[in-house]
Amino acid sequence: MGTDNNKKAITGSEALWRSLEAEGVNTVFGYPGGQIMPVYDSFYSCGTPIRHVLVRHEQGAIHAAQGYARVKGEPGVVIVTSGPGATNVITGVVDAMTDSTPVVVITGQVANAALGTDAFQEADVTGLTGPICKWNYQIRRAEDIAWAVSRAFFIAKTGRPGPVVLDFTKDAQNGTVEFEYKKCTFIRSYVHIPKPSDQAIEKAVELIDKAQKPFVVFGQGVTISNAEPELMEFLKKGDIPAGATLLGLSALPSDFPLYMGMIGMHGNVAPNVKTNECDVLIAVGMRFDDRVTGTVSTYAKQAKVIHIDIDPSEIGKIIPVEVGIKGDAKQVLSAITSKMKESKHTEWVDSFAACQEVEQVKVITPEVAPGEGHIKMGEVVDCVSRVSGGKAIVVTDVGQNQMMGARYSRFAQKRSFISSGGLGTMGFGIPAAIGAKIAAPDRQVCLFVGDGGLQMTVQEYGTIMQEGTGVKIVLLNNNWLGNVRQWQELFFGERYSQTRMVNPDFSLIAKAYGIKTRFVENRKDLEDAVSEMLSDDSPFILEVHVEENGMVMPMVPPGKGINQIMLTDKEWFENV
Amino acid sequence: MENEVRTYTVTIYTENQIGLLAQISNIFTRRSLSIWSLSAGASSMEGIHNITIVTDATEKKIKEVVQQIEKRVDVVKAFFYTAEKIVYRELALYKILTEDLLKCDDIEGLLNRYHARIVEMNKTFTVIQKTGHTTETAALYDELKEYGVRQFVRSGRIAVSRAMQEPVFKFLQKREREAEKYRKQTNKQ
Repeated sequence: MGTDNNKKAITGSEALWRSLEAEGVNTVFGYPGGQIMPVYDSFYSCGTPIRHVLVRHEQGAIHAAQGYARVKGEPGVVIVTSGPGATNVITGVVDAMTDSTPVVVITGQVANAALGTDAFQEADVTGLTGPICKWNYQIRRAEDIAWAVSRAFFIAKTGRPGPVVLDFTKDAQNGTVEFEYKKCTFIRSYVHIPKPSDQAIEKAVELIDKAQKPFVVFGQGVTISNAEPELMEFLKKGDIPAGATLLGLSALPSDFPLYMGMIGMHGNVAPNVKTNECDVLIAVGMRFDDRVTGTVSTYAKQAKVIHIDIDPSEIGKIIPVEVGIKGDAKQVLSAITSKMKESKHTEWVDSFAACQEVEQVKVITPEVAPGEGHIKMGEVVDCVSRVSGGKAIVVTDVGQNQMMGARYSRFAQKRSFISSGGLGTMGFGIPAAIGAKIAAPDRQVCLFVGDGGLQMTVQEYGTIMQEGTGVKIVLLNNNWLGNVRQWQELFFGERYSQTRMVNPDFSLIAKAYGIKTRFVENRKDLEDAVSEMLSDDSPFILEVHVEENGMVMPMVPPGKGINQIMLTDKEWFENV
Repeated sequence: MENEVRTYTVTIYTENQIGLLAQISNIFTRRSLSIWSLSAGASSMEGIHNITIVTDATEKKIKEVVQQIEKRVDVVKAFFYTAEKIVYRELALYKILTEDLLKCDDIEGLLNRYHARIVEMNKTFTVIQKTGHTTETAALYDELKEYGVRQFVRSGRIAVSRAMQEPVFKFLQKREREAEKYRKQTNKQ
């Protein structure tokens, strides 16, 4: 590429496919429509090796692309039509922005002459998506395609990744161009990897060396920067215990000795309590979401905070810092590790066990091994995790299923937990699982989804059927919008406003799409059903009728500090 | 100190990208900050545009907002200043019926006092122009009121820093050197 001999005039539509090929794309998720037809026509005839996955709703396309991107660590690509096609992806664009997911969305757009005239299926896509994506651009000439696509991919995947939207007018699709592609590697206004300050690193090392009770909280930044080995080295050398945010899960293997579990509202007791006891808190690639901090004014007040993030605007935004380090987690962690001294904090590390013991007795055992009564949600997750040997990619929808999936899954491999964290998008689960499975066909992909979220994107069963995508869907059916129901029970005087679901026969829906399904309501059948589900690589829907009024515990109720933890609806954690 | 609300002038240097102004003003809206004035135009560097916004905020918030603005890919750099750190002006135009204005005994004296001048005068109306701070343009407005101001318009604030060059200059030089490095790397591959 790049020499004059290679130049030949092609249509803008073909130039788009050639540009995607040049970026190494092998799968796109899409849905055709009027204003993107030239692109689909070109797909039919230009002989591109790219696979197109036909979804059933544009929201499915973007969530699938998100699942794909999170597993692969490469941008997911979405192609949809103008107007409603474009507006249907908007939830996913915000979701990808919040959860730093690299996605490139290509939307069709009306002809240049019709722009701004309220033409059929015209929506102001760049205007609509401007505030909610990392970058967008309206391509109006075929000559701009290569430039815009290369820039889009560079922006989507570098720095703090995010969604990019390219609005592709009919004129650009139908125009012709002497195609030449050059990858974008530099944008002068965009510092994609800020250089960490040596001074800040030295100050951080000094604090860490002196710390008696250091604690690390890490997020998805570790995964994005492929800094898992560096994090492990850092923790080992400093003998520092660590807790993960929801999106940080699976960056450390669950059995890593210094891994103390998940932090936040439904996180583990020990890391939450210890957040407010440590003397130095080191935050790596996370952004102190309010679901992580609880009440900000009481969060880690006693600690000196070191915050490492690639996005300078996150540092000091929520939690005041002693040391802020702008930079890539991999680079910063290895610099700190090489400069710091080896330490031992045996007493501090051991002190987590007492909290863990309380949680085990009061919360975990009753949830995963209740012995009698209805099947519990945590019990199902635990069983799936056990039978799959912790090797599956766990995808969740949003709500109780998500928190249970997060709490009771064990992870042996990185990039194994996919969930809508920051935005909390119900309906994320099924399409994200499809994308995850397509990204990692050799791994089992298990989705935990509730009866509410399942019905928000249930149409994607059609995608599973058409593509034969071997996702394993575990439907935790309690016939409620369980998470809202839990809040109504705890904080709204048991007024169950609009949370009761009258549900269809889910097995009939599965059968209509030709997907194998099994229904379990007795504990004795659970393990056998899970084993059957995981015995092959074909799509499977396991519906488990779980306890209707099950609650996710422990819980830091809204308005409480991170160490004020409910163990059950009646009992609060008392620090030992 | 950090929680004291003050007036800040935010200077933003950008690439020329359609829609960027909307995205920037949107950040102010999201953070519940009123934009008192906004002006956009050229800078001394080719291809680099300048947007100047005046707003009231706490120091903590304005710092965060400026970082959020810089996060936009096509924003080169953003700065915030209190009044004493910049030289700033606004432009005001006042339209008065000529016959009304002629009732004034000492037009020249009045205009001189305010360093204002007449930019157009015809049989029907006269347009007076004044540059200065808001208080000054407002004071002239008050004086002209008695002759009947038929139309009054004030531009957004424009400002230059007290540094010796565009504050973004060094940053761009550094980026130019880095670009060179990237180009060499890419050529090697």
